[in-house]
Amino acid sequence: MDSLMGLINIEHEHDFLEELTYFRCGAAAPFAGRYRLIDFTLSNMVNSGVEEVAIFTNHKYRSLMDHIGTGADWELAKRHGGLFILPPDWNDPTDISRGDLRHFHNNRDYFHRSKANHVIISGSQFISNTIYKKVFDYHLERDADVTCISTNVDDFKPEHISQLRIEHNEDGWVNNFTNDQQNPHIFTGIYIIKKDVLLDLVDQCIAFHKDHFFFDGIKSNLDKLNIQFFNYNGYSAFVNSVESFYRHNMNLLKPENYRSLFFKNQFIRTKISNEPPAKYRESSNVTESMLANGCVIDGEVSSSVLFRGVRVNKGAKVKNSIVMQRCTIEEGVYLENVILDKDVHITAGQTFIGSKEKPFVVAKRKEI
Amino acid sequence: MKKECVGMLLAGGEGKRLGLLTKTIAKPAVHFGGKYRIIDFTLSNCSNSRIHTVGVLTQYSPMLLNKHIGIGKPWDLDRQEDGVSILSPYTAKKGGNWYQGTADAISQNIHYIDQYDPEYVLVISGDHIYQMNYDKLIEHHKEKKSEATISVIEVPWEEASRFGILNTKENLEIYEFDEKPSNPKSNLASMGIYIFNWKTLRKYLTDDSQSEDSSHDFGKDIIPAMLNDKLPLYAYRFQGYWKDVGTIQSYWEANMDLLEEDLSLSLNNKEWRTYSHDTNYPPHFIDQNAVVQNSLVNSGCWISGQVTNSILSERIDVGKDSTIHESILHPAVRVGNNCTIKRAIIMENVSIPDGVTIDGTQYEEPVVIDEENVLEFIK
Repeated sequence: MDSLMGLINIEHEHDFLEELTYFRCGAAAPFAGRYRLIDFTLSNMVNSGVEEVAIFTNHKYRSLMDHIGTGADWELAKRHGGLFILPPDWNDPTDISRGDLRHFHNNRDYFHRSKANHVIISGSQFISNTIYKKVFDYHLERDADVTCISTNVDDFKPEHISQLRIEHNEDGWVNNFTNDQQNPHIFTGIYIIKKDVLLDLVDQCIAFHKDHFFFDGIKSNLDKLNIQFFNYNGYSAFVNSVESFYRHNMNLLKPENYRSLFFKNQFIRTKISNEPPAKYRESSNVTESMLANGCVIDGEVSSSVLFRGVRVNKGAKVKNSIVMQRCTIEEGVYLENVILDKDVHITAGQTFIGSKEKPFVVAKRKEI
Repeated sequence: MKKECVGMLLAGGEGKRLGLLTKTIAKPAVHFGGKYRIIDFTLSNCSNSRIHTVGVLTQYSPMLLNKHIGIGKPWDLDRQEDGVSILSPYTAKKGGNWYQGTADAISQNIHYIDQYDPEYVLVISGDHIYQMNYDKLIEHHKEKKSEATISVIEVPWEEASRFGILNTKENLEIYEFDEKPSNPKSNLASMGIYIFNWKTLRKYLTDDSQSEDSSHDFGKDIIPAMLNDKLPLYAYRFQGYWKDVGTIQSYWEANMDLLEEDLSLSLNNKEWRTYSHDTNYPPHFIDQNAVVQNSLVNSGCWISGQVTNSILSERIDVGKDSTIHESILHPAVRVGNNCTIKRAIIMENVSIPDGVTIDGTQYEEPVVIDEENVLEFIK
C-alpha cells in the first residue's frame, strides 16, 4: 500500500527573528499564543496519518528538542514509526556530501528502514492547518514523481519576495519554478516525492558536489521529472521576518483568520502544559485578544497575543503586542507594538513603544 | 515488590445530592474549575506526595471516570511496576458483590494491597477539593506511633453538627467519634482521609466482613471498633482549603471559591500543580466588545459577551450581548446572542439559542441545565 513518511528540513532556514532567534532556530520560535512555528507542519503531517517524521536541523536546536521531546504530544512516540530529530552527526570518512545533502547521506537509513514509498518534505515557515491526504491522493492519481503544494496570493507582501513561483501547462505539469514577482501562484515549500526518486536524486547531487536538494535535485532536473502541483486555498501565512511574524500574529486577532486557522480542520498539536485556565481578576479589561492558559490578568490588554502563564498587573496596559510564556508586566507599565520573548520581567512604570513595521523586541529572560 | 504506602482512592459513590450533574457520570468525574474533574485534586495530591501506588475503587456509572484515569499519565501514575489500578467490583469462584460500603470496597481488594506488602494504607476519597501533602500525614502517624490517623479540619462551631466530629485529648489522641452530633464537643471534622497500619487494618477488615450487622463503613464501623479496643488513634490537623462537593450548592460554592484572590488553594501554584488531561485547543479569543471579569476561562473559548464571576471550561462560545454571571459552564457549551445566564451550571454540549434567559437566583440552589431541561427555557 502507498504510504507517506515525513521530513521537516530546516537546514537552509535562517535565524530570521533577530532577538527571538539568538538562542533558538526559527522553527522553534513561539507563535500564536501557545505554539511554535514547527507545530503547524508537524501537526498537519500527523493529522494526515503520517506515522514517522524526521527533522533535519543543524544548529540552535536545543529549544526544538526540548519542545518536541519524544514526539509524544503529537502521538509520535509509538511502536510504529516515531519522531527523529537528526542534528549533524557526520562520521562517514568517505562522505563528500555538502549542504542538506549531508543530512540525506548520513541519514539514508531513515528512508531505507521505512515501508513508506513516498516522502512529504516541508520547512517550518509556511503556516496552515490542512490535511495532506488530498494532495497525496492527487499525487498518486497523476503518478507524479513530485507534487508541489502551491497557494495563490492576492496581496503581495515582503515575505513573498523570496518564494518560488510555479509555472505549469494546462494539464498541471510544472514546467518552471521562477521568481517572477508578478506571478501569484506561489510554491509553499511543501512537496511529496517518490522515495526512490528522492534517493536517486540524492546520489546524483552528491556525485556532482551539490549542496541544495531542492534546487540541485529537483529544479535542475525539471526536464527529467514529472512534477505536478496541488493548490491549497485555505488560510495560510509565510513567516520569515520579524515584520511578517508580528503581522501574522496580529492577523489572527481577526475572527475569520482565527477560526480558519484553528477550527477548520483538526486541532494543531503542541507541547502539553499543565497551566490552569486563564484568570481574569476584578479590574481586568481585555478586548480583541488571544490568551493562553495560566495567564493572570489585572490590567488592560487590547489587540494582543498572550502566551501561557503571562501576568499583567493592575494599571498595566498592553496594546498591539505579543507577550510570550511566563512574562510578568508590573503595575503601570505601558506596552505598544512590542514583542516580549519568554520570561521577560518589565518592572513597574516602564513604557515601551515600537512601530508596526519595526516592533520593539525584548530578548528572553531580560529584566527591564 | 514492597511499598511503604499504598493509596486506596474511594471513587464509587453515586453522589445522589448532585442531581443532574451525576445523572450519567460518577461524582469524581464531574467537571470542575474550568479544566479539571473532581478526582484530579486527589490524584494530583498522590502524585505530588509521591504516592506511586494507587488503587481507585470505582462502581457507579464508571465509563467516563475509567477513561479519564486511564493509565494515569497526567499524574505520572503510568509506571512500570505499580502506578494506578482501577479496581471495580468483580465476581470470582465464591461469587461476587457490589461494594457494600467504604470498608467493604477495601476488604474486597485485600489481595491488591497484599501484593505490595505495605506498612501503611492511605484511604482517601475522590470527591473533595483540596491540596494536601500526604507525606506530612504519614510523618505525623509515625511520630505518634498511631494505629490509625485521621486528617481533620477545624470547622465553624455552628456547622460542626453537619460533620463527623472527632473528640480528642490535648495530644490529639482520639477517644470518640461523633457522627453528626447535635451537641458537638469539638469542631474537628473528619476529612475522610485515613492512614492505617496495614497489618491492623487488615485484621479489622477481615473481622468486619464477617459481621452481618455491620454497614462496612470506615466512619461507622471500623473506627468505632478500633476505639472500642482502645487502639491508639490520632488526629492530624490539616491547615488549608478543603471542601466536600457533595451538593449542588457546595459544588457551585467550591467553583466560585477559585475566584477568591487570597484562597490558600491555588491552581497557579507551581510547587503543587493540579494535573488533568490537557487538550489541544487554541488560546481563547476575547472579542471587541467583550467584558471578562473575575472569571476563569479555558482554551478554545470564543467570548463576545459579558462574563463575570464565572468559570468557563474549554471550547465555549458566548455570543454578542449575552451576559454570564455567577455561572459554571462545562465544555463545549454554546450560548447564543442576547442570552442572560445567572447562577447556573450548564452541562457539557448544551446549546442555548439566542435570547434565552436562565436565572438560577430564583431557586434555592443554582440551577443545573442539561440537554433535556434546557428546552423548558426555550420559548
